[in-house]
Amino acid sequence: MWRAYLTPTTLEEALAMLAEHRGEARIIAGGTDLVLQSQQGKCPSTVMVDITRLPGLDQIAERDGYLQIGALATHGQVASSPLIRERAEVLALACGWVGGPQIRNVATLVGNVVNALPAADGAVALFALDAEAEVVNLRGRRWLPVAELYRGVGLCTIDSCVELVTALRFRALGPGQRSAYERLAPRRVLALPIVTVAAVIEIAEGRFVEARIAVGPVAPTPFRAVRAEAALVGQPVTAEVIAQAAALAAADAQPRDSATRGSREYRLDMVEALVRRALSQVMTG
Amino acid sequence: MVEIALTVNGKDVTAEVAPDEMLADLLRERLGLIGTKVGCSEGECGACTVLVDGRAVVSCLYPAAKAGGRQVTTIEGLPQDGQLHAIQQAFIDCAASQCGYCTPGMIMSAVALLAEHPRPTREQIEAGISGNLCRCTGYYQIVEAIALAAERMAGEAQHGA
Ligand code: FES
Ligand code: FES
Repeated sequence: MWRAYLTPTTLEEALAMLAEHRGEARIIAGGTDLVLQSQQGKCPSTVMVDITRLPGLDQIAERDGYLQIGALATHGQVASSPLIRERAEVLALACGWVGGPQIRNVATLVGNVVNALPAADGAVALFALDAEAEVVNLRGRRWLPVAELYRGVGLCTIDSCVELVTALRFRALGPGQRSAYERLAPRRVLALPIVTVAAVIEIAEGRFVEARIAVGPVAPTPFRAVRAEAALVGQPVTAEVIAQAAALAAADAQPRDSATRGSREYRLDMVEALVRRALSQVMTG
Repeated sequence: MVEIALTVNGKDVTAEVAPDEMLADLLRERLGLIGTKVGCSEGECGACTVLVDGRAVVSCLYPAAKAGGRQVTTIEGLPQDGQLHAIQQAFIDCAASQCGYCTPGMIMSAVALLAEHPRPTREQIEAGISGNLCRCTGYYQIVEAIALAAERMAGEAQHGA
């Protein structure tokens, strides 16, 4: 399946290797998804460029007013990071649901994003955090909203054959903001979710001041329930307002009937239930 | 082929590995360390769990070339001076193994767990082995065994101090 496995030690070297084996080479980090995809014949790349030896990319730190997560930070690191748990809890919770401990020890959050599967727990939380990704290629670096990286199921605008994401960043939750992550899956461990909801909410004087609600995997990509968000802002925190927002979130979902994830109707009901639960959780939590 | 140098159970090893060879295959097929089991080959069962730099990983999805320069510990690396590791002994004493296929992976997960939480709660034990499937025991004796091992290891640590 692979004919070469390269281990660059600098970013420049990694980009040069991609260029040299243009079209055949691909970035690999934890590899937990990529190995399986390659074994199943779903990934045409034959030259792996392993970036796990690049220095400094596993940091989780506060920088320039943002919380920044390096490309090599694993789900396990993010889930247990005191910084993330205190200041962006929704992401720590989401990362704690991915795979089992042995997968979380290896699989990176950035890999989860670049793989672009709508069921990616970490990505749903990143949508709610309005996160950005730093993309590096031979032409330079730029920050792009994570939401712009998604084109469809498993389709990422990042082309891992020529470029890579080196970091993610987002604003920490403010003093008045709270977050929640709700997930429904057949079992608690090693099961892809049926529905996930990530919410970041700010409440002041009994009213919603800000609401960011991300939902997956009930459309080709995770998405923000913008109509539900708009319905909350400025309104009093009541069960009726929450119920109305939850219904709007479900109206924006487009789940398919799925043998493993349940019928479309069931999943629409579950979107509504989980959004309601996430909002109630934020209120009481 | 990729030439790698790594440490396996404390010994320096060099190996020529295929670019797409997985660590589980290197250990089992070429280094003869068949204590590590392969159940699913897809990261779902945990039978192939080994430690890389002290962290539990599924070796069926871990490219061997990635292990270059790292320290790998398998079930064969646990006994010291002919004595079973406390967790191995506790698995025997609690009858925590039936067919035994999951046992090496379970024990490696338990080693990682107890390194992080020497006095684990029952919830921490359950979370620690949540990536390991057992088709035989129903898990009850496995959780007991890990709790017993933690107790014995804490006792020994106190004695030694
Ligand atoms: S054999 Fe590796 S997880 Fe099952
Ligand atoms: S003892 Fe048989 S699978 Fe666990």
